[in-house]
Amino acid sequence: MNATTAHRLLALVPIGSSAVVSRVSGARTVVRRLLEMGLVPGTTVTVQREAPLGDPVEVRVRNYALSIRRADALGIEVE
Amino acid sequence: MSGTALARGPASRQALVLVAGNPNSGKSTLFNALSGARTRVANYPGVTIDRRSATVALADGRSIELTDLPGTYSLSARSREEQIAVESLLGRGPRRPDAILVVADATALARALYLTLEILEIGRPVVIALNMADEAERDGILIDIERLEQLTGARVVRTVASRGVGLEALRTALASAIEQTAAPPPAVERTPEMAADLAELEGLILSEGLMDRPEDARVWAQWLLLSLDHDDEDEFTGIPASLRRAVRHVHERATQAGRNLDLEIISARYRVVDELMAAVCRAPEDRPRSWTDRVDAVLTHKVGGMFAFAAVMMVVFQALFSWSEPAIAAIEEAVSAVQQAVTGLMPPGPLTSLLVDGVIAGVGNVIVFVPQIGLLFLFIGILEDLGYLARAAFVIDRVMRAVGLHGRAFVPMLSGFSCAVPAVMATRTLDNRTDRLLTMLVLPLTSCSARLPVYVLVTATVFAPGSRVGLLSAGAVALFAMYALSVVAALAAAAVLRRTVLKGPVPTLMLELPPYRRPVLSVLLRGVWQRVRTFLVDAGTVILALTIVLWALLSYPKSAEVAAQADRDRAAVATLSLPDDARGERLASIDSHEGGEQLRYSVAGRIGRLMEPVIAPLGFDWRIGVGILGAFAAREVFVGTLGIVFDISNADETNEPLRETLRAATWPDGSPLMTPLAGVSLMVFFVLACQCMSTVAVVRRESGTWRWPLFMVAYMTVLAYMGSLAVYQAGRALGWGI
Repeated sequence: MNATTAHRLLALVPIGSSAVVSRVSGARTVVRRLLEMGLVPGTTVTVQREAPLGDPVEVRVRNYALSIRRADALGIEVE
Repeated sequence: MSGTALARGPASRQALVLVAGNPNSGKSTLFNALSGARTRVANYPGVTIDRRSATVALADGRSIELTDLPGTYSLSARSREEQIAVESLLGRGPRRPDAILVVADATALARALYLTLEILEIGRPVVIALNMADEAERDGILIDIERLEQLTGARVVRTVASRGVGLEALRTALASAIEQTAAPPPAVERTPEMAADLAELEGLILSEGLMDRPEDARVWAQWLLLSLDHDDEDEFTGIPASLRRAVRHVHERATQAGRNLDLEIISARYRVVDELMAAVCRAPEDRPRSWTDRVDAVLTHKVGGMFAFAAVMMVVFQALFSWSEPAIAAIEEAVSAVQQAVTGLMPPGPLTSLLVDGVIAGVGNVIVFVPQIGLLFLFIGILEDLGYLARAAFVIDRVMRAVGLHGRAFVPMLSGFSCAVPAVMATRTLDNRTDRLLTMLVLPLTSCSARLPVYVLVTATVFAPGSRVGLLSAGAVALFAMYALSVVAALAAAAVLRRTVLKGPVPTLMLELPPYRRPVLSVLLRGVWQRVRTFLVDAGTVILALTIVLWALLSYPKSAEVAAQADRDRAAVATLSLPDDARGERLASIDSHEGGEQLRYSVAGRIGRLMEPVIAPLGFDWRIGVGILGAFAAREVFVGTLGIVFDISNADETNEPLRETLRAATWPDGSPLMTPLAGVSLMVFFVLACQCMSTVAVVRRESGTWRWPLFMVAYMTVLAYMGSLAVYQAGRALGWGI
C-alpha cells in the first residue's frame, strides 16, 4: 500500500498547530469565500483559538486572523 | 494697461479616481485624510450603501473626484451592492474611472494583493497605497516597494493614513496616474480549458457590444463565472439572458469534466500573489507574539472573554439608557419652550395648531433621537476601529447563530432595548443584506425604553399597591414578564423569518479579526456626524410628515357645538364668584372635557369607535383604541392621548387622577374596563406591536424600500393582536384577573 498523505479535517487540528490546506468543499458560496480569503490548497493555516462557547474558531492564514464557524470549517481538508 | 490674457486650457472635466480596498485597511481614514471635510454622501440608486465622493486638489492645481467604493475582499459579488462596486470599476457605472487607488493593509499584504490583482486586470492605471506601513515595519515586515512597482506596473506609495504620512506622495502619484495608460498586469497562468472558457465568454460579451475593450470583457467574464449562481436567484441587474445561459453552460461543462471553476480562477490568482509576495516581501519567520495576541488571550478567553464581553455591553447599554437622558430632556424642554412661545405669539387657530402641534412637535420628534444615535455610533465607531467589535461577534456568535442571526447583530439588538431607532441604523455593521434585514425586522420586538411609561401606567393602575405574587410585587413580576416576552419574541421571530420570508443562504460568519488599533478621533467624529446627518435628512422627513398626519387625524374635524358648549360653560364659571384656585380648577376641567370631546369627534376618535368591535376581544374599548392610534407617533404618546380621551389634562404615567379615572372606567354594560387581565393584555400588545413611526422611517431608509417597513408593521400588528387575544381570552376562560 503506497503511503498517501493523511487527509484530516481542519476542524480536528488542535489549537496551536498548523496544517496545509489540501481541499475545500461545501456550499458554493462558502467555498468561494474561503478560497478568496486565501485558503486555497497549498496554504498553511494555523489554528489559533476557539471562541469561549466553542464556536467559531480563529485561524491564522497569510499573516492575518480569520474567524470561521466550525460548520464551514468542516469542508476544509488539510494534510 | 496691458492685461495678460489668461491662458485657458480646454474645459477639462475632473478626472475620476475610485478608491478600493479590503475592509479594515484604513481606507476610510485615508479617504478622509485626502478629502478633508469636503466629502459628499449620495446614494447609489436602489441600494442602501452610501456613495462617498470628494474633490481633491492635486499639487499642480488640477483636481480629481475621488469616489469611495465599499470595502471588499474580492470583486466577486454576492449582492447588488457589491455588483455596483464592480460595475463602477469596470466603467459600466456612470463614468469609467481614470485611475484606481487601492488601499492595501501592509500587514496583510497577500490578501490585499488578491483584490489588487483583480483590479490590475481591469487595465486602468492603478496606484497602491501601502497603508499601516508603520505597523508592518514594527512587526518586522519588509516590503520592497520598487520591486512591487516593477512587477505590478502600479505606483506604490507608503502611507500611514492615521498620521497623515504619505499623502503628498499619494497625490503626486495620482496626478501622474490619471495621465498615463495602464501597464500590462502580471500574467496569470491559466489551464487551456480555463483559457478556452474565458475566451468563449469574452467573445460573447464583445460581440453583443456589452463591453468595448477586451480587458474589460475578460474581467467581467471572470466576475460572471465567480458571481453568478446556477439558479439565477440573484439580485444582479443588467445581465442579458444570453450571457447568463452562456455562463451556466460553461459551468455545466466544467462540472461534467470534474473541474471547479471557482477553484481554478482563484488559485491561479493566488499563485501569482504568492510569487509577488516571495519577490517583494520579507517577514520574520517566527512572528513575535504581538500585543494583539496578548490582549486577545484575555478578551477571547473562555471565562475572561465572556466577562469582558458582558462588561463592554453593559457600559454601552448604560450609556444609551442614561447618559443621553440629560440631552433628551433638554431637547424636550426646548421644544416645549418654542411651542409655548409660538402659542403666545400667534392667535389661536388651525394655523397655529399646525405649527405648534404639527411642525414644531414633528421637528422635536426627530431631533430628540440625535443624542442616542450620536452616542450609539460613537461607541460602535470606537469598538469597530479598535477592533473589539469583531471579537464581540466572535464571542457571541454561537448564541446568535442558534436563531439564524449573525454575531454582529448583537450590538444592534442590545441597543434595541434602549431605542430601536439608532439600533436599526446600527445594523449597518452587518455586511450581508439578508442578515441586515432580518435583524432590522425583529429589532422592534426588543422592549424599548419608550414602552416603560405604558408598563408603569398599566401596572400601577390595575395592580393594587400591595398585591404580590409570592415574594415579589405583582407589578415587578409583570414588568419582568414583559421583558422576557420581548426577548423570546425577538429570537422566535428571527428564527421564523429566517426560515420563511428571509430564506437565503445560511449566514456564514467569516470575519477578519484585525489587529487592535488606536481609533482616530477625527475619523470617529466624522462617522458619527455622517450617520446623524443621514438620519435627519432621510428618516427625519418621514417622521415630520407622519407627525403632521397624526396631528391632523387627532385634531380634525373639530366640532363647533363642542367648542360653543365649552365657551358657554366657561362663561358660566366666570359669572360665579369663586376663589381663584377653585375657579382655576373648574376652568381646567372644562378645558380637559373639551379636549376629550374634540378628540372623540376627530377622525382618530371615529376610527377608534369603528375599531372597537375588533379590539374588544382583546379587552380594549374604543378609548384605548384611540390611545393606540396616537401611540403610533411614539409609544409615550399613548399615555398623553389616553389622558385626553379620559379628560385628564397633562397626564403622564405617574398621574394619580389618570390612574383613578382608568380604574373607574367601565364598558357600556358597567363592567370594569381596566381589569388586571385587560392590563396584561394591553402590555402584551405593546410588547409585540410596532408602535413607532420613527422606527418605520429608519427601516425604510436602511432597507431602501417601503416594502419591508410595511411588512414589519403588518406582521407585528398581527403578532400583537394574536398575543393579546390569546392572553385575554385564555385568561377569561380560566377566570384569571378578571
